[in-house]
Amino acid sequence: MATQHSRSAARLMMAPAVVLLLGWMLVPLTMTLFFSFKKYLPLRGGDLGWVGFDNYIRFIDSSAFWPSVQATLVIVGGVLAITVVLGVALALLLDQPMWGQGVVRILVIAPFFVMPTVSALVWKNMFMDPVNGLFAHLWKFFGAEPISWLSEASMQSIILIVSWQWLPFATLILLTAIQSLDSEQLEAAEMDGASPVARFGYIILPHLGRAITVVVLIQTIFLLSIFAEIFVTTQGSFGTRTLTYLIFQRVLESQNVGLGSAGGVYAIILANIVAAFLMRIVGKNLDA
Amino acid sequence: MARSVTPQRKAFNTAAAWAVGLLIFFPILWTILTSFKTEAQAINDPPLFFFFDWTLENYAVVQERSDYMRFLWNSIAIAGGSTLLGILVAIPAAWSMAFVPSNRTKDILLWMLSTKMLPAVGVLYPIYLIFIRLGILDTRSGLIVVLMLCNLPIIVWMLYTYFKEIPGEILEAARMDGATLKEEILYVLTPMAIPGIASTLLLNVILAWNEAFWTLNLTAAKAAPLTAFIASYSSPEGLFYAKLSAASTMAIAPILILGWFSQKQLVRGLTFGAVK
Amino acid sequence: MGRITLDKVTKSFGATEVIPPLDLTIEDGEFTVFVGPSGCGKSTLLRLIAGLEDVSSGQIRIDSKDATMVPPAKRGLAMVFQSYALYPHMSVRKNIAFPMKMAGIDEAEQNRRIEAAAKALNLTDYLERKPGQLSGGQRQRVAIGRAIVREPAAFLFDEPLSNLDAALRVGMRLEISELHERLKTTMIYVTHDQVEAMTMADKIVVLRAGHIEQVGSPLELYHTPRNLFVAGFIGSPKMNFIEGPEADKYNAHTIGIRPEHITIGTGDGPWSGVVNVSEHLGSDTFFHIHNTGLAETITVRADGEVGFRHGDRVTLTPRSDVIHRFDAQGQRIAA
Ligand SMILES: Nc1ncnc2c1ncn2[C@@H]1O[C@H](COP(=O)(O)OP(=O)(O)OP(=O)(O)O)[C@@H](O)[C@H]1O
Ligand SMILES: [Mg+2]
Repeated sequence: MATQHSRSAARLMMAPAVVLLLGWMLVPLTMTLFFSFKKYLPLRGGDLGWVGFDNYIRFIDSSAFWPSVQATLVIVGGVLAITVVLGVALALLLDQPMWGQGVVRILVIAPFFVMPTVSALVWKNMFMDPVNGLFAHLWKFFGAEPISWLSEASMQSIILIVSWQWLPFATLILLTAIQSLDSEQLEAAEMDGASPVARFGYIILPHLGRAITVVVLIQTIFLLSIFAEIFVTTQGSFGTRTLTYLIFQRVLESQNVGLGSAGGVYAIILANIVAAFLMRIVGKNLDA
Repeated sequence: MARSVTPQRKAFNTAAAWAVGLLIFFPILWTILTSFKTEAQAINDPPLFFFFDWTLENYAVVQERSDYMRFLWNSIAIAGGSTLLGILVAIPAAWSMAFVPSNRTKDILLWMLSTKMLPAVGVLYPIYLIFIRLGILDTRSGLIVVLMLCNLPIIVWMLYTYFKEIPGEILEAARMDGATLKEEILYVLTPMAIPGIASTLLLNVILAWNEAFWTLNLTAAKAAPLTAFIASYSSPEGLFYAKLSAASTMAIAPILILGWFSQKQLVRGLTFGAVK
Repeated sequence: MGRITLDKVTKSFGATEVIPPLDLTIEDGEFTVFVGPSGCGKSTLLRLIAGLEDVSSGQIRIDSKDATMVPPAKRGLAMVFQSYALYPHMSVRKNIAFPMKMAGIDEAEQNRRIEAAAKALNLTDYLERKPGQLSGGQRQRVAIGRAIVREPAAFLFDEPLSNLDAALRVGMRLEISELHERLKTTMIYVTHDQVEAMTMADKIVVLRAGHIEQVGSPLELYHTPRNLFVAGFIGSPKMNFIEGPEADKYNAHTIGIRPEHITIGTGDGPWSGVVNVSEHLGSDTFFHIHNTGLAETITVRADGEVGFRHGDRVTLTPRSDVIHRFDAQGQRIAA
């Protein structure tokens, strides 16, 4: 398969994708780095000169920084935990023989088709609204005081909304993985006297390892940068300001590009730490 | 599993699975139902399920208030254009990685995926500036390019995993049969990979359709797709649940319908080709 | 025409040398078989000839023209792969037409050749089917059909029968031999099945670790194997090897005697032993004899009627005129 000719052809055919992505990565990154060392206020004087590491220090010193990192990690971690655990449970359930499996599967994956702005708005207004939301009706029905979800339990609410969007994805991947499990393995284990719980623990769960890695990897990529869900619900208030949202506010709302760019560099560093960690796992799984 | 299950067991599974499925689907169902209510019915206490006066009024109001068709067309152009463009760039790259692997192939793949992890917000302002400089702010073509670049790693990755399942011997046979590289890809590889390409296409259309960072931040009036259309409903004004529901339904309907019709490819695509 | 010459060809994958410098000439019209144990480089050698791999050094000539840097499509060779490598999305007809379409042969001629090939290969009824709807043997024939219509200078086969069941394998073996009789085109055929090699080849090339151990006609290899490796590899059951005092009698380090050249009996005989296992094939019986004091096991091929059992004491008489002698390096000692 590998003659000189096909190798040079391969290099040529890879070039467009590599060059595009390299440009897409390097050009804006360089500009962000450039701005991060400047005092740059587009609406209040524009470029006001070099300031060294000022922006970096100010960004990290601001009282909003650490809470935003924490909020980011809590959301990512919370959603991952919920979707993986419920995803495994749901996949096990959907793998059982039943009537109408195809329809149930469509019902379960439907939330994935809903754009984040829509799902956030629907949850915010029609479910979590303290006066007219369905939850409020439900609470009143049981004689409880309706909760103002997005202010009193803001983090939980956001995690709920995002988990609802990503649960279908996790379920589907895990279901596919369960279905690929060689049934002879399970039968052999059954012959060996393994109980259903033991079969789950010793055979199914290890078999799902790779699928869970994939779920965690892909979701993390998307979750680290969730934006619309916060943009249309809390606008970053009530402790839901993620790093992404904080930077967005610095750049667009306060029009402080230098400061925002320094934040961007932090976000990139954070993403890279997570990425390096994940890539190690995925790289290992690629070989398998 | 060759053994049959007892009907009771199967009935129990069915009931449990349908209950969970309906619970997960409920927010969507509720939105669709509400879109056919009047505003007063929409906030009725207790909530009304099926027995209300069905009306299409909300759809008319939404269409009148914001020109739905224009947003829809923008969404279609942006999602479709970015995906097609991405696939055109990705097929040759995925071919190279799958069939002429070198010891750097894995690193390149991982690097491509890692660009996907760069937080968009970190480069928002530079992109914004570049867009202004090039005069493509609030244009469909600008967004097509950005979304293509965003999804390119995923497209390459998915095509790569699908291509790897195709035995290299078949491509070698084509080469022996006198096919040039272009013919080999056009007549042999692509037709064989149609299911994989279809899955990739569908998934990325959906990802692009639902993309809500760049579409919100790089568009204004002209090129705004449905994500922006719906965001304009985020500040309540009087009774608006039914109208919000109608607008939401209109925003997600095309994708829901597309998903319904292409279930099989989509389910395959949703696993990003990463799990078999 | 299809004379293929390899001149000091080598191939390395990274640091591992799979083919050390190798010279070989395959004459026009010859049916040449490459045999050797798994991993010895047979496929690699074939792919070098096909142009699917670059040589690391050396030269490949086809009809005395340097083809070393010529891309596969331009070498005028056709290859039949072990997995058949049919195009699953094309009908049998389209599969067979593909190389002609690539060569820009006009439609009428394409159809003429397809019909002819289909007739020769018994595929006429299947032309509109997809490969997925064919049996293994039929797929194999489509792959051959695809190769034939190109009218190549030589056919390359890489273990084409290894995915077929035993009965079909015998049938296809005959068909390929007949094809060669009819077309008289050069064929290079890779296998690790020495029965295929013996029955089909004009010339056998025995390979070990990328080295050519011996080149010759099947009977040459059978009668005068050049070394222990070839002696052990060609012939079934395998040749018996005996070292020690018995070999000394023949002025050799090792002697070899084929199972069919030993007579088993109960009377007098130079060797004796105890039957351990007897395998009855109907036409023949193979006896595995222990306790001979010569080697762990001596294998004897006898007539199907001979009926010794486990534990029977027997005597063995070798035909002394067909005993092979080898020196300490394992090389044949000429008679
Ligand atoms: N692409 C490659 N990269 C590295 N080593 C290779 C490659 N292809 C083959 N080899 C090595 O070269 C040697 C010869 O391989 P080859 O496939 O030619 O064997 P073979 O004789 O055809 O064996 P078999 O009878 O099992 O098909 C083997 O040791 C194999 O591991
Ligand atoms: Mg081989």
